[in-house]
Amino acid sequence: MIKLFPRYLGSFILLVFVQVFILNNIQFSGYINPYIYVMFILVLPFETPNWLLLIFAFILGLTVDLFSSTVGMHSSATVFMAFLRPYVLKVISPRDGYESETLPQLRYYGISWFIRYSTILIVAHHLILFYIEVFRFSDFFATFVRVILSSIFTIILVLISQYFYRKDTKR
Amino acid sequence: MRSLLNFLVRIHFLLLFILIEVFSISLLINNNNFHNARFVNFTRQFAGKFYLKTTKLKQYLSLVDENQRLVEENTRLLNIIESSYKSDEIFFRSVNDTIFNQRYRYTSARIINNSINKKHNFLTLNKGSEQGLKSEMAVVSDGSIVGVVKGVSENYATVISLLNLDMRISSKIKKNGYFGSLNWNGEDYQTATLYEIPLHAKIQVGDTIVTSGFSSIFPEGILIGYIVGFEEKGGSFYEIEVRLSTDFKSLDNVNVIGNLLQNEVVELETQALRND
Repeated sequence: MIKLFPRYLGSFILLVFVQVFILNNIQFSGYINPYIYVMFILVLPFETPNWLLLIFAFILGLTVDLFSSTVGMHSSATVFMAFLRPYVLKVISPRDGYESETLPQLRYYGISWFIRYSTILIVAHHLILFYIEVFRFSDFFATFVRVILSSIFTIILVLISQYFYRKDTKR
Repeated sequence: MRSLLNFLVRIHFLLLFILIEVFSISLLINNNNFHNARFVNFTRQFAGKFYLKTTKLKQYLSLVDENQRLVEENTRLLNIIESSYKSDEIFFRSVNDTIFNQRYRYTSARIINNSINKKHNFLTLNKGSEQGLKSEMAVVSDGSIVGVVKGVSENYATVISLLNLDMRISSKIKKNGYFGSLNWNGEDYQTATLYEIPLHAKIQVGDTIVTSGFSSIFPEGILIGYIVGFEEKGGSFYEIEVRLSTDFKSLDNVNVIGNLLQNEVVELETQALRND
């Protein structure tokens, strides 16, 4: 657990950096805005205590918020996502449960499990995020389209980066 | 206590989530102008709706008090308006006579009872002897004839309406001064009949009929009505149908005309009769 800490700190900084300085400046056709930083919450170890999960999520969201001057927006969405994570893990757990010494990552449980896992959480995160951003229900469908398109892009980015992980974290 | 603690430990995840989420959203609302404005707007709307509902409920619950208040106010207002002061004021209007200072005295009164559908109709006024009314006074409304005071009590007076078979009014045709006697025919409250106009008098439909002033009751020239038709009766006189200008169905305020010299006239006339 402790030995993982520097690696997660590194990935935290890297993800926030990528998010804030690259992806936040990209907006495909006004609709699509991927938020890859949520991957940090996705790949935290199974054994992470739930309360720590929430606190991590809050810190992560707040950091992104501070850089994009939307205090509270990303943090509430990310905290919500972290709240869902234990339940999602329980629902989609493989038949014989999660093995110890493994992480919720593509290379341990395969692509179909990881797509299911990340899709649920990312869509949940984006739903909260985008609806908090517009803060109304009047443009419900326009916002919903944004949620779906952005979620697809985030998932693709997360999958691609999973393959990168695989390469440089080979044991 | 222990079970409560256990419970809290069991749901610490949910509690922490709610805590952090509420904290983030409060951060969001406090630090973003747009979200702040939206939030304030929303809460204001919500509160407005809520207040509206509660106000309606409150209003409904206080209907009894409100009604009581309205009734009291109504009573107060009814006490203020003029009609409930039966007789504290008497309105006088002077008519200057060329010889004497005043011959007729006007007193305003209200009709409190009225009928038009009998053969002998009477009216009741809200003023009586206390206010200076006497029998044999003329009653007019808006310058047209209503009737004659028959009897008075302290605060009330009965009036023989023009719509009374016993009532005969000395009247004349305004344009040429031929005079006759006007009598209600007992049928239509809008028409009366004028008798004793000689055949050589030139009359036509639309001529005005006014009081003649020959009786000591009515001043001269009080409007009675207009000719609507006439025919010869008995060889030497017209029988003229007169449309009354007074609408007896909608009478309300009237003036009572007291003839200050009535006694003198009557005395003189009876004296003349006696001397005959």
